[in-house]
Amino acid sequence: MAVTTPVPVSPIFGRLTLEALPIHEPILVVTFAVVALGAAALLGALTYFRLWGYLWREWFTSVDHKKIGIMYMVLGIVMLLRGFADAVMMRLQQAIAFGGSEGYLPAHHYDQIFTAHGVIMIFFVAMPVVTGLMNYLVPLQIGARDVSFPFLNNFSFWMTTGGAVIVMASLFVGEFAQTGWLAFPPLSGLDASPYVGVDYYIWGLQVAGVGTTLSGINLLVTIIKMRAPGMSLMKMPVFTWTALCTNVLIVASFPVLTAVLVLLSLDRYVGMNFFTNDFGGNAMMYVNLIWIWGHPEVYILILPMFGVFSEVVSTFSGKRLFGYTSMVYATVCITILSYLVWLHHFFTMGSGASVNSFFGITTMIISIPTGAKIFNWLFTMYRGRIHFELPMMWTVAFMLTFVIGGMTGVLLAVPPADFVLHNSLFLVAHFHNVIIGGVLFGMFAAINYWWPKAFGFKLNHSWGLVSFWCWVVGFWVAFAPVYILGLMGVTRRMRVFDDPDLQIWFIIAGFGAALIATGIATFLIQIGVSIWKRKEYAETTGDPWNGRTLEWATSSPPPAYNFAFTPLVHATDAWADMKARNYQRPLKGFAAIHMPSSTGAGVILAGLSTVIALALIWYIWWLAIVGFVGLIGYAIFHTFDYHRDYHIPADVVTRTEDARTAQISARLAPGAAE
Amino acid sequence: MPKLRLLPLLLVTGLLGGCNMVVMNPSGDVAAQQRDLILIATGLMLVVIIPVMVMTVLFAFRYRASNTEAPYDPEWDHSTQIELAVWAVPLLIIIALGAFTWAGTHLLDPYRPLGRIDHQTPIAEEHEPLEVQVVALDWKWLFILPEYGVASVNELAAPVDRPITFKLTSTSVMNAFYIPAMAGMIYTMPGMETTLHGVINKPGEYEGFSANYSGAGFSKMRFAFHGTDEAGFDAWIEKARSSEAVLDRETYLALERPSEGNPVQLYSQADADLFPLIVNMCVQPGMMCMSEMAAIDRQGGLGLAGIHNTLPLTAALSDRKAQPVFGAAPSYVAAICTEDEAIAGYDAANDAELRDRFASLSGFGLLAAAQPPEITPATAPNMTPLPSRAAAAPHDNL
Repeated sequence: MAVTTPVPVSPIFGRLTLEALPIHEPILVVTFAVVALGAAALLGALTYFRLWGYLWREWFTSVDHKKIGIMYMVLGIVMLLRGFADAVMMRLQQAIAFGGSEGYLPAHHYDQIFTAHGVIMIFFVAMPVVTGLMNYLVPLQIGARDVSFPFLNNFSFWMTTGGAVIVMASLFVGEFAQTGWLAFPPLSGLDASPYVGVDYYIWGLQVAGVGTTLSGINLLVTIIKMRAPGMSLMKMPVFTWTALCTNVLIVASFPVLTAVLVLLSLDRYVGMNFFTNDFGGNAMMYVNLIWIWGHPEVYILILPMFGVFSEVVSTFSGKRLFGYTSMVYATVCITILSYLVWLHHFFTMGSGASVNSFFGITTMIISIPTGAKIFNWLFTMYRGRIHFELPMMWTVAFMLTFVIGGMTGVLLAVPPADFVLHNSLFLVAHFHNVIIGGVLFGMFAAINYWWPKAFGFKLNHSWGLVSFWCWVVGFWVAFAPVYILGLMGVTRRMRVFDDPDLQIWFIIAGFGAALIATGIATFLIQIGVSIWKRKEYAETTGDPWNGRTLEWATSSPPPAYNFAFTPLVHATDAWADMKARNYQRPLKGFAAIHMPSSTGAGVILAGLSTVIALALIWYIWWLAIVGFVGLIGYAIFHTFDYHRDYHIPADVVTRTEDARTAQISARLAPGAAE
Repeated sequence: MPKLRLLPLLLVTGLLGGCNMVVMNPSGDVAAQQRDLILIATGLMLVVIIPVMVMTVLFAFRYRASNTEAPYDPEWDHSTQIELAVWAVPLLIIIALGAFTWAGTHLLDPYRPLGRIDHQTPIAEEHEPLEVQVVALDWKWLFILPEYGVASVNELAAPVDRPITFKLTSTSVMNAFYIPAMAGMIYTMPGMETTLHGVINKPGEYEGFSANYSGAGFSKMRFAFHGTDEAGFDAWIEKARSSEAVLDRETYLALERPSEGNPVQLYSQADADLFPLIVNMCVQPGMMCMSEMAAIDRQGGLGLAGIHNTLPLTAALSDRKAQPVFGAAPSYVAAICTEDEAIAGYDAANDAELRDRFASLSGFGLLAAAQPPEITPATAPNMTPLPSRAAAAPHDNL
């Protein structure tokens, strides 16, 4: 690819030409056809059922933290399907590319797939799921009516979605990066990757990164400033504590990612030399900077899930959480230590023995607070009455799975061991072990646990069980062989193999992936069946699991204002404490409630940002300029929007609360259905 | 029935027996010590992990809701003894593991010359290390053996029980050099040199490869590593010496171009200075070496004149340099530090525009006169001495 002259850039279309459409790649054409048909069907259905106005008014422009939280979760699950499709394609390629076979994917396609898989799973599955959970739960758990900056919350969500749109666009227009999910230069530099792939990567992450950073600031301020009276920091629910630490990590680390991607863009767009081989650039600087963001990032993903498991274990054991204080300190320790370990991602770059030892040992130290957490969950179960509902099953599966992942993680933190395991499939198995075993299992625990709160009906149990077993067994069938392959000296990101002994393990791993696919399918069926039978599964108590924290004090689903009266908090498990003190729901005296108004500004600003990003990727300068002027102009225009809040009138609140009173008394009345 | 239940287990053990876990069963002393450390660390951690897993299952079973005989204590949420234990036991294990880590990391540092050949043979006088210069190219491996003056692509041989010192670099992107049977991996990076010490203790044919994704041809970036006895190694050297191919700057520049699945190629002769030129990114005649730039910079640098000292990087010189959409055309720093190269550069730049570029350097008297310039790094003048801060700012400003 001799590119010594600047690429031809048309004034209208930039470097976008018809060749950018992958019409010669049958896999992509079929995918596009399926996606286009699906999208057409979806859009048609929305139009037919006249849902556009409803979606726009009630969801897209909503600043209600609960709806935004749910939209984040939907985004995460939709992107999980894309990310998993990538995983299946890789498993298939690696299972057949033996004995001189090239498999079915050429390098150009395969290398995009593993890059996209990593980027999508971290940035557009795990991050939206984590942010969505925090968005939904934090205000409810601290007895607030919304987050501190409701409009910013809506804007953050749409920026994250914009990033996802950019990454998805690369599938059908141009290409995605072929660099691995962290896009290390010099490979991601202009010389080795001159086309649009890395630019899609950069701008997808930059747009989504704005959303993540702002949402981090928002939730941080919310937790600090908006707790119900009486809820001191040491009376916060553990999930809120983990959310607090997570958002501290987001606010402190995402700017580093933004900065390092800006530097890479400057190298690529204007020929600066931060990370180039020549003219004084140094690619090792990029590797350091991106991991200074990247390591805290893995704790951003797992800490909220630790919070989820803490809530679940305590609720389903019918017991206070064991060692609340040490749980909090463990979380804070992990938060701080997560900034002191980044170099363990590249011991093999040759930093020298003392530096490597330092970072190896700091990494091991993190396992101490993490171990303490596991023990605390164990001793919460001890002398409990454990109800094995789905969330609890996911939690036990997490504990058994995660400790293995933790062990292999500490193993990789021993530099001499890392020298033989780094970049191997052992490493790949390790981080899937902690991310699937931790983040995804946590997500399923959380969805099964809080679904009744969010929608007012429980999820189907039997499909949930099938999904659970498929996932847990599927995970081990898929990744135990990957561990073994790592010990056989097999490196990650390989497309073809020579050694026929390896093939059987890849085939087993492929079966595991098929089991996981069944797990995903049955999860979707579980949701579908539950929606279908929502009347049968209706949950009218607001507190189906005998919960302990404030979100269970309100109705399911909670009213727009969450709590008619801001609760007063006296103890750590505020709702359990209220129940123990025989709390009576107030039935009268409701006042008007001040709430933020919906606005379409978030959609518009994020849409313009996405357009600018796509214009910059394709060098369509006029569009970037028009988009930028539009962005600034609309942002200024939005400052003149004086209809930012409204009051829910007292009689509406009274009617809502009366309806709930009626619902509760209908349930308690004699002769009511069991 | 019990037999049937054992079947999957047998299948798995059978499979495991059949596969070659090279990381767990290496043939080199360094990799063996790394393996030992894996086993020690795993063993230490299992001290906690196994009880945790057993307790999880046990507690989950015993305290299930249907078992009303188990004690139920909903308010019990603290026990100083337990808390002490759950923090102290992992701490003690990490202290032990940390000690192993500190010692192991220093002992097995890839930069540290070997202290022993295997677990019973300490290094002695007669163990003269074999130096191998390794270059990761797109997408093949180049090995130069300076002691023997030979070179090879995608094949390497080394005598068993002789320490090997690898000096490694890369040409365009990062790779990682890894022979799992011999020793751990080390990154190879363009413009930089890394070091790895290893030894192979058992004769055999081993696999080496890149363990860091480096682009389209990465999967096939593999080489054969032969651990042989002395005679076998001498035979390999002889085979290389009888090759007709010679590795000089020109062949190297042709080899450097991206290619996949290259067959084994032996070179009877390799330029002795090729490896330093590759590390310093100045194999192409007329390009300034990074070491020379560093030497000039140590003297204070060329000042503003230095920015004129670049020449266009034409397609003939390199076809892997792209021009950024808003950036200058690719260029390189012209060699001016040796007379020959200054003259070569001047000859190459035989047109007015290029001469003007050099003309701005005439402060050196480089091209001003007909006589050859006498500039070497050691004599390069300090162009812009920085004024001392203390002299510039009066103290009473503080």
